[in-house]
Amino acid sequence: MSLSLEHYLVLSAVLFCIGLYGTLTKRNAVIILMCIELMLNAVNIAMIAFSSYIVPLMLTGQVFAIFVMIVAAAEVAVGLAIILAIYRGFTDIDASNINLMKW
Amino acid sequence: MGLVIAFWIMAVVTVVAALGVVFLRNVFRASLSLIVCFITVAGIYITLSADFLAAAQILVYVGAISVLIILAIMMTRDVQRGSPANRMKLPVFIVAVILLGIMIYTMTGTPWQIASESPLAPTTAPLAVKLFSKGGFVLPVEIAAVLLLAAILGAIVIAREK
Repeated sequence: MSLSLEHYLVLSAVLFCIGLYGTLTKRNAVIILMCIELMLNAVNIAMIAFSSYIVPLMLTGQVFAIFVMIVAAAEVAVGLAIILAIYRGFTDIDASNINLMKW
Repeated sequence: MGLVIAFWIMAVVTVVAALGVVFLRNVFRASLSLIVCFITVAGIYITLSADFLAAAQILVYVGAISVLIILAIMMTRDVQRGSPANRMKLPVFIVAVILLGIMIYTMTGTPWQIASESPLAPTTAPLAVKLFSKGGFVLPVEIAAVLLLAAILGAIVIAREK
């Protein structure tokens, strides 16, 4: 028995759905951000698996995974800054209570 | 054979750690579980012979992002005990399971065109060539640098005390 592309794709799908569930159900804003990181990691696994199984000599999937990592780093920095700013204003980081911009 | 065993161990640990992120009551323990998940994902990159990305994963995620998340948890931990779920638990669970089923169905049903060559073994130099050579990805690299600078400045401006 050897590894195939489907193993990695199924692992990535499972990880993505766990992240999706956490993102949509959690109320703590920091946990929501952590689950978004899980989803980005799942996408990276799929991208690198495609890169090394379909186009093993071109590395384009790995280049794209690097850019996903860069965007994830920028996103988590700005997201945590926003959470800290909200915490200062509301003394609360519950995503269900922060409904100032909800119509 | 060793690669298969390594893959299965790391896949199981990754999924269990991801479930821990979602279902652990303590926020700090959830963040530690997230770090375990990042480390095993780096191991999965190694089984895909993506060594540079595994190192970058350790440096960026385990080194930097987890420290940021733990810092945010420490600064906001007095407002909320545990990580409660909202009222959308059951519908979201159904949607996630259906999405997982659809994805697994299409992924296992598609006839992928698997290449016959084995992947490049040390990827650092080919990746650098790909990123910086003529006809490569030089412009996206520059844009990524600008994006990171903008994100740093934005984070400082947003999080600064007035």
